[in-house]
Amino acid sequence: MRIRLRYSKHGKVRFTSHRDVARIWERVLRRAELPLARTEGFSPRPKMHFGLALSTGHESLGEYLDVDLREPEADEIDLGMLPERLSPLLPLGIEVEAVSVINRSDPSLQEAVTSCVWRIEVPGQSVDSLTSAVAAMLAADAIPVVRERKGKQVADDLRPGILHLSVLGSTPDDAPQAGAVFEAELATQPRSIRPAELLAAFDPPLTEGRVCRIYQWINEDGATREPLSQGAHVTAAAIAGAPREDYSDDRSHGRAHHTQDSVGSDGISDAADASAFDFV
Amino acid sequence: MWPQLEPLLAKVAKPARYIGLEDGSQRPEHANDRVAWLLAYPDTYEIGLPNQGLQILYEILNERPDAVAERAYAPWTDLEALLREQGLPLFSLDTHRPATDFDIIGFNLSAELTYTNLLNMVDLAGTPVRSADRLEHHPLIAAGGHCTYNPEPIADFLDFVVLGDGEEIVAEITEVVVKWKISGRPAGSRAAMLRELSHVSGVYVPSMYDVTYDGSALAGITPRFADVPEIVEKRTVADLADFPYPKNQLVPLTEVVHDRLNVEVFRGCTRGCRFCQAGMITRPVRERPAEQVRTMVEEGLRRTGYDEVALTSLSTADFSGIEDLVRDIADSTSNNSPVSVSLPSLRVDAFGVGIATQLQKGRRTGLTFAPEAGTWRMRQVINKLIREEDLYSAVEAAYANGWRRVKLYFLTGLPTETDEDTLGIAELARNCVELGKKYTKSPSVTVSVGGFVPKPFTPFQWFGQNTVEELRRKINLLRDATRKSHGVQVKWHDPKATMVEGIMSRGDRRVGAAIETVWRNGGTFQEWSECFDLDLWLAAMEEHGLDPDWYAYRHRTETEVLPWDHLSAGLHKDFLWQDWRDALAEVGLPDCRWTPCYDCGACTGYSIEHIVASATPPAGGSQGTGQDLGSSVPVSLLGRKPESASVGAE
Repeated sequence: MRIRLRYSKHGKVRFTSHRDVARIWERVLRRAELPLARTEGFSPRPKMHFGLALSTGHESLGEYLDVDLREPEADEIDLGMLPERLSPLLPLGIEVEAVSVINRSDPSLQEAVTSCVWRIEVPGQSVDSLTSAVAAMLAADAIPVVRERKGKQVADDLRPGILHLSVLGSTPDDAPQAGAVFEAELATQPRSIRPAELLAAFDPPLTEGRVCRIYQWINEDGATREPLSQGAHVTAAAIAGAPREDYSDDRSHGRAHHTQDSVGSDGISDAADASAFDFV
Repeated sequence: MWPQLEPLLAKVAKPARYIGLEDGSQRPEHANDRVAWLLAYPDTYEIGLPNQGLQILYEILNERPDAVAERAYAPWTDLEALLREQGLPLFSLDTHRPATDFDIIGFNLSAELTYTNLLNMVDLAGTPVRSADRLEHHPLIAAGGHCTYNPEPIADFLDFVVLGDGEEIVAEITEVVVKWKISGRPAGSRAAMLRELSHVSGVYVPSMYDVTYDGSALAGITPRFADVPEIVEKRTVADLADFPYPKNQLVPLTEVVHDRLNVEVFRGCTRGCRFCQAGMITRPVRERPAEQVRTMVEEGLRRTGYDEVALTSLSTADFSGIEDLVRDIADSTSNNSPVSVSLPSLRVDAFGVGIATQLQKGRRTGLTFAPEAGTWRMRQVINKLIREEDLYSAVEAAYANGWRRVKLYFLTGLPTETDEDTLGIAELARNCVELGKKYTKSPSVTVSVGGFVPKPFTPFQWFGQNTVEELRRKINLLRDATRKSHGVQVKWHDPKATMVEGIMSRGDRRVGAAIETVWRNGGTFQEWSECFDLDLWLAAMEEHGLDPDWYAYRHRTETEVLPWDHLSAGLHKDFLWQDWRDALAEVGLPDCRWTPCYDCGACTGYSIEHIVASATPPAGGSQGTGQDLGSSVPVSLLGRKPESASVGAE
């Protein structure tokens, strides 16, 4: 049986790396005494499959992890209880919010996810100046960048990968540095565009403050869905959608309000918004 | 101070090492009637976090109603620069509190080259580096750990020093300091409080002692007041069973060294290797009851989620009933998952390999042995009584059981070492490769060579260490001798670092000025090869009129006053001197755990005894290898006959 977990990562723990989080999960899954399927060979490891790596220092409300469980033992597990079982074992700031069973034949997270929505704080920017910078970028036909690929400099156009940009307003009170905040939907196919690349492509380049991944989307035949299939077991906190101002270290953190002050969109994100988590 | 720290962490390498949040970490509540300890390790988080000594004290202190404890590690140079730029101090990881909020900053000192990091952390804590310049409101700067058996080079920077096991003494120190804290620390009270601390057995307060010199030689270190002890004795916990710590080992969120469950199975070692300070200063042997070990392993694995446990001690294969213990753990599963067991030190014999074979059911990559010296003569001098046959049987057993790589640890620059002894290392390595060819196409033997540094409270404390040039010559000799030997690789420790370690290891209080100068000139993280700079040290020694050769290379005489003569590890000085003479006469000494007592002083002086569950040595022998070496081994039994052959608490 393959299960897919959705979890959030926020606060101090955001400074752990993707690799650190993988090791944390390995220990937590052992502590939870789940019937983990293991790799063959001399040093069997639990079969875990991670999605797109989150940069060290970035927060997230939508991280995913696939775990293979042994059958028939897996059938005994109450999946609905799993988030509550796992979250207390995880470090402060990592919370499991939903879980569902997926087919082993489903494409991997890395193959399936087509875009990510990011909330990006830009220290030292006013809402107005950020609004005009975002408008200018969306108006551009092409955003040429030079990036390093296999040690060589290659020219690339960022514009097709920028699916949506919108300014949300001023940074919340708890932000380490005051400024403005915007949301960006960036493609992950054919290659993943990182928030740092986007910020560097502005003219002049923008400084990176706090960055949070809000959603990962799978776009199939024009329809957008999140990587958990219908019928996922979602915790109460995830459904309620606690206000995003709550960046403190307690465990009451939940999903963000998704209020937008859209200044131009190709529509994907809005469509996605409507369908977001309405499966509960 | 997390809000100020947060934006800085986005700019530094490996920020996860500054966030705390480990499983097992605590968020203690500070109060006016609680002594706040900041337990500090003067190296990076990755090196410092696994330190078991600090973890034990962290729990013991936080269990007390009159104390709280948090942790700090040396910030790497990138974060240090940002902290200084922003005017921010050193901070605790547990609640991200400034170091200035603590009453005591207690350092664990395990390596001499970290001394400049200690100064740097004290300075980052907004505290004058010299104890004489500190005022009532400054934290007390303290140190413990193996290096503090000669604290003189750093004595001017420390308010107090702790000798020996910390489990009990931290309570007594807390009781003195809490009174001072509650009193509101009136002006001038710091010295009186330190004087009271000097009455606690095991506490050394350097400022309460006068140092006198006779020309360039040390004449004596004597108490300034009649109530301050002339000799400071180390503290020894009589029974490890009373201290099943750490109960909640910290589980780091990011990668560190020794990233596994660690359970200490015994403390102390009486094998009597003459170069080994740890074995001399931690006597006697105190085994943890096997049942307690089993419980700590079982509960530790369940709680942490680790799938590996290390049974730690100075020589774990000597633990009574080690085979049963290892088999039980290796056969068990925890959290539905197979458990692997590791022993950090493996004895050089087939018995050790037998245990290793039990442990490592999976892929067998490398096994490490420490014969320490290249010839039987040299090994008699250092009292590591391993015969060539023992090593060969161990190595052959390793290859026969599927291992492909063998690593051998050696010391060079040992007393009486000749080129024949050095070349003996190459010979052993080549023969090991030949043995391996019977079992595998391309056996590999890695020879790792460290330069020998004489340590206080060992029989070799009188020995003038080899010069940088001599060590380099010996390493080159070894490299030349193995150049054409396929399968033999030689690795070595930088002889320049060995020299500085030697100056610190046996230096006196005058060396402190040079340490401060090296730190002021930017010489931090000196134990990192990319940061170490011998020129900084030599320039600093010269600036203060100190002769590095005199400190590192000079043989000491029997009558010379040593900088640690006013401290005691329990060992009688005449026992050590006799052992030094025996070494030069190439005479070995058996392990007193299973044979007569030599009255070294470590038990008798403190009315304590070995606690060993088995009265018979493992695998039929009482020698360094645990094998029955027969009567052909020229071992002299020194000292008196014991009243009874049995060992253990009475």
